[in-house]
Amino acid sequence: MPAPQRDIISQSGYRAGPDLFKILCQGAALVTVLLLGWIIYEIVESAWPSIQKFGLDFITTSAWVPNRERFGVLPFIMGTLASSLLAILFAFPLGVSIAIFLSENFLSPSIRQTMRFVVEMLAAIPSVVYGLWGIFIIIPIVKAFGDWAVASLGGFPLFSGPAYGNSLLTASVVLAIMILPTITAISRNALAAVPKTLREGTYALGATRWEAIFSVILPTAAPGIVAATILGLGRAMGETMAVAMLIGNSSRLSWSVLSPSGTLAGLLANQFGEAQGLQVNSLMYAALILIAITLFVNLIGEAVLRHTQKATAGIR
Amino acid sequence: MDSIASYSLGFFNNDPSENTKVIARSLKNRILSGICIALSLLTMVPLISIIFLLLKKGLPLLGLNIFTELPPAAGMAGGGFGNAIIGTLAMVGIGLAISGPAGILSAIYINEYSPASRLAQAVRMVAKLLTGIPSIICGVFAFAVVVMATGTFSAYAGGLALAVLMLPTIILTSEQALMGVQSAYREAAYGLGATRFQAIARVVLPDAFPAIMTGVMLAVARAAGETAPLIFTALFSQFWAKSLNEPTASLSVLIYNFSTVPFPHQIAMAWTASLVLVAFVTLANITAQTIFSRRH
Repeated sequence: MPAPQRDIISQSGYRAGPDLFKILCQGAALVTVLLLGWIIYEIVESAWPSIQKFGLDFITTSAWVPNRERFGVLPFIMGTLASSLLAILFAFPLGVSIAIFLSENFLSPSIRQTMRFVVEMLAAIPSVVYGLWGIFIIIPIVKAFGDWAVASLGGFPLFSGPAYGNSLLTASVVLAIMILPTITAISRNALAAVPKTLREGTYALGATRWEAIFSVILPTAAPGIVAATILGLGRAMGETMAVAMLIGNSSRLSWSVLSPSGTLAGLLANQFGEAQGLQVNSLMYAALILIAITLFVNLIGEAVLRHTQKATAGIR
Repeated sequence: MDSIASYSLGFFNNDPSENTKVIARSLKNRILSGICIALSLLTMVPLISIIFLLLKKGLPLLGLNIFTELPPAAGMAGGGFGNAIIGTLAMVGIGLAISGPAGILSAIYINEYSPASRLAQAVRMVAKLLTGIPSIICGVFAFAVVVMATGTFSAYAGGLALAVLMLPTIILTSEQALMGVQSAYREAAYGLGATRFQAIARVVLPDAFPAIMTGVMLAVARAAGETAPLIFTALFSQFWAKSLNEPTASLSVLIYNFSTVPFPHQIAMAWTASLVLVAFVTLANITAQTIFSRRH
């Protein structure tokens, strides 16, 4: 039966040629896949003179002196890691709290809706506006805190003086606010995916709300929350403008969270516009390291997330 | 079961120490709820502070001349940022012209033609990875491809950087939009004798259109607010653009440039530009949400 039908179709001319639209779509899909490779290829090619000249020393040395053609990004790698880890430290408790708040029924649905809107608004505000706001609000607060901390806790290397407004701490506080929506959204999904039966079973055994949350709901959602944190970390590492405006962009290594620091993304933002010769190649090399770090972190985050979705898919 | 429940609840037990345990547990429960609510409400503080400052510092300079005049030179008063608004619109337009068709066609391929193919899986993977790539990397890419090749900063370079930024959002949201079309519609189209292309063009796309537009608007909103991809691809300009192949001003780069100078008038203008930018981004987001909700 199917054979004659196909004949009728081809006679009426519908399948006369190859499906051009399909080829067009396939072409677009192919371009998308090749784009990532193209990005990496272009950056490696432009970075090549610097890669050849400095090799791995680029990562392990800490001099960035463009007019003497000495380039090393160790302080910027450390600054990237330190600022984003510190941001996670601030954002994690807040993000998970909001996720619990949104998935539990403490308050009326309208308040929860407002809260969701607030978090979505935080995600919509441009990075450069966070930077401007940080200059006027967070820098004075951190400076005041820093002066106090140096006076009373100055013995600890983390709080050794002098305290600056443009510092690692300032950048981390603003970064924490910026990555909060990422952590909240993914954690909330993980909490919402916890099967109702588990919660009901826990209540039936006499648990209070928070006993249920700590002993059953959070452990079940834990992989998703871990993924949320890792993806938030990835976002924090790549965040550019607000950090460039607040961190002080120093290439000096320091233990103190109150002194200026620098990140890879901030380095690119500050120097690319006026860079010449080997400096351009070295900035490309720095961009390559930034891609490598963020891709690595995001791949782990995505893998954990996918594993979580698979693991909880069966339970209902 | 029975004995465990009654023992742990303590209600059926006359031992007074059990009753204090229950009170302690309930108190702990309330305290934790309070902490959770307090931490959540704390998040409103930065948002309220940002919106308050945007209005307080941005409104005074907001007037018609802001949209029609050129940015003031260092230390000068007056002026506006008309060229930056046009620059932002032009570059977002270029980005959309590239990433819109590419993204929607890719999404059609991975949802309509061969969802399980290796190519489709690769597209999903790459789109996910591209969303995770720092936005400044899009700028570095456009710098290498356009600026280094043509020897000049341009709106084309900025537009390309924004296209790379928007592409993954458009692909992933369009795929979701196409997934939302009921397969009964497709089957009905095939049943009426439609070809693959006719089914997609006349049935699937019209049904998915509002949801696809939501994704496109979200991408536009994100791109309009981005600074990092533009800062060394389009650079900035004090003048009206004569062509797309020269340094071009944008709202976000103007905010960045003016926020780091020591002149109060320029800083006030950075706040006004922020207010305009946030208003535009919010408007784009709200449009995206309402287009989508009209469908249901």
